[in-house]
Amino acid sequence: MEELPAADTDGVDQADRTDRADGADGADRVEGADGADQVDDVGTVIATRALTKRYRGGQLAVDGLDLTVPVGSVFGFLGPNGSGKTTTIRMLMGLIEPTSGTARVLGRPMPRSARAVLPHVGALIEGPALYGFLSGRDNLIRYDAADPTADPRTRRTRVATALDRVGLTAAAGKKAKAYSLGMKQRLGLAAALLQPRRLLVLDEPTNGLDPQGMREIRSLIRELASDGTTVFLSSHLLDEIEQVCTHAAVMAQGRLITQGAVAELAAGTRGRLVVTTPDTGDAARVLKEQGAGDVVITDDRVTAEPPERDLADVNAALVTAGVRVRGFGVERASLEDAFVALTGEGFDVAG
Amino acid sequence: MSRVEVDRMPQAEAVRPGSAIEGGRKVSPLWTFGLLRSELLTTFRRWRTLALLAVLAAVPILVGIAVKIETSDGGAAGPGGGGGGPAFISQITNNGLFLVFTALAATLPFFLPMAIGVIAGDAIAGEANAGTLRYLLVAPAGRSRLLLTKYATTMAFCLVATLVVALSALTVGALLFPLGDLTTISGTRISFAEGLGRALLIALVVAASLIGVAALGLFVSTLTNSGIAAMATTVGLLITVQILDQIPQLHALQPYFFSHYWLSFADLMRDPVYWDELVKNLGIQALYAAVFGSAAWARFTAKDVTA
Repeated sequence: MEELPAADTDGVDQADRTDRADGADGADRVEGADGADQVDDVGTVIATRALTKRYRGGQLAVDGLDLTVPVGSVFGFLGPNGSGKTTTIRMLMGLIEPTSGTARVLGRPMPRSARAVLPHVGALIEGPALYGFLSGRDNLIRYDAADPTADPRTRRTRVATALDRVGLTAAAGKKAKAYSLGMKQRLGLAAALLQPRRLLVLDEPTNGLDPQGMREIRSLIRELASDGTTVFLSSHLLDEIEQVCTHAAVMAQGRLITQGAVAELAAGTRGRLVVTTPDTGDAARVLKEQGAGDVVITDDRVTAEPPERDLADVNAALVTAGVRVRGFGVERASLEDAFVALTGEGFDVAG
Repeated sequence: MSRVEVDRMPQAEAVRPGSAIEGGRKVSPLWTFGLLRSELLTTFRRWRTLALLAVLAAVPILVGIAVKIETSDGGAAGPGGGGGGPAFISQITNNGLFLVFTALAATLPFFLPMAIGVIAGDAIAGEANAGTLRYLLVAPAGRSRLLLTKYATTMAFCLVATLVVALSALTVGALLFPLGDLTTISGTRISFAEGLGRALLIALVVAASLIGVAALGLFVSTLTNSGIAAMATTVGLLITVQILDQIPQLHALQPYFFSHYWLSFADLMRDPVYWDELVKNLGIQALYAAVFGSAAWARFTAKDVTA
């Protein structure tokens, strides 16, 4: 929940930058952090309070969600399938009415302010959906025409730019039904990039892409984020979140388990000292003597909680004791470790 | 959210979008019709739409050829100059213009409303089925705006479909039969030009007769996420109503069926025109449009879009 002070400053900087950019290109955007909203939502792009959705069948899909997405962050939204990610995104986009609680996007309540908010939001929700009988270009033209704030005079140029940005220019004239899943995914992304956006909501954006495509999309996301766009990225791929996100939230079974800066989340779980050696017995004894806890021997590896002292001394002690050390180091905790520590279960367990 | 904010929001709502429009990013109110243009283009570029129109265009051709063959020995069409076949069929050999009236009378009970049922039923449900609905809504198309656009497009299709039938009939009639002054149902003679004017008026009334089915189809379309189910339901309702309209015991209900006064368009061929049933027909269509249009709106604006 708590932001590092550094992260906060960052957020404010980003907001300032965005606002100035707005002034410069003469575009009057929805003001996320102005006037009446400033009290509540300084530097937040998405803020939900006790957001809850119970479907008609009685199933509780989202349960009292308090989500805070800072301005300028690349926010990873993690959770196994069925954990309520998509329902949350649909509520944020005004597609689903919350049963209770509130959701504010760009400082305005959703779904009530959908008309004012959504032109500044690009979204990819549960995979792309296209008109198979239209070409890729005509699909984008149609989606652009649906936005009443989109200027028809610049439509073709903006469509061409968006196609170029996702590398689809060559296939723009092809009927969308002939597209591969990866191409559809790119076209969906292009639709989200038709206008300069303040927020991008991307639900599993690398789904169906080959490794090269994934890399391209991730670098595109970083590029957009460096322009000041806040990116809200849902994924079930932990390494994807670790690679591109500055912040993350973890959901399981409709509840928010944790949220915060990625570095903090991972830091919440301490790394482990790993010694690779053929003399595992001796190594374990020495590590215990040096104050390491929870010593575990697996094959030729001895792992332990690092003791509160200079690790160089620990290594020297091992060598002095005649332990033949092949490798010595601290394995940083990954987000996956953090997730397992938080939920006490594997990641792929559906709620 | 605090109580104070709740009170403040509507005011802010009213002010801010306006300032956004007049301020930096200039938004023209005309741009809102971009969606209608896109919808019309999308609808009329679909193979399905073109196939429906082709079927409708084929009806007058078949009727014209059939009448031509049947009367090639010099006899009049229809048994004894009346009774069987659609209205006006016996007059076609005298004047090709009557093929327009015959073709409209032949397509209005089933072919035309079925085509409208397909287009209207697919309007929202088809988009939901393809998943494109969610992207239109986050664009943001706006639910009321999208629904109105869909209804306007369906009505445009009603008009186009009717005109396709009329023009096809006029072309076939002119090619196969003589044209000239014509006799109205009342027995008076009117010029060919006035006859053409009445034909156009009849086409417009026939198109307007389909407004009720269009509204019904659109409402059904908001109830389901399956385009096929919506189309089938609409066409099923159409057939059911037509059957019920034939059952004498339901006499009291029949004036409220959307199809009850459909064939009143023939009254436009009287001299002077007999307006009574024409007005009742248009009134029923307006009633259906109001009732089912409101129901569709109420349903669609409150619906959770999960497709």
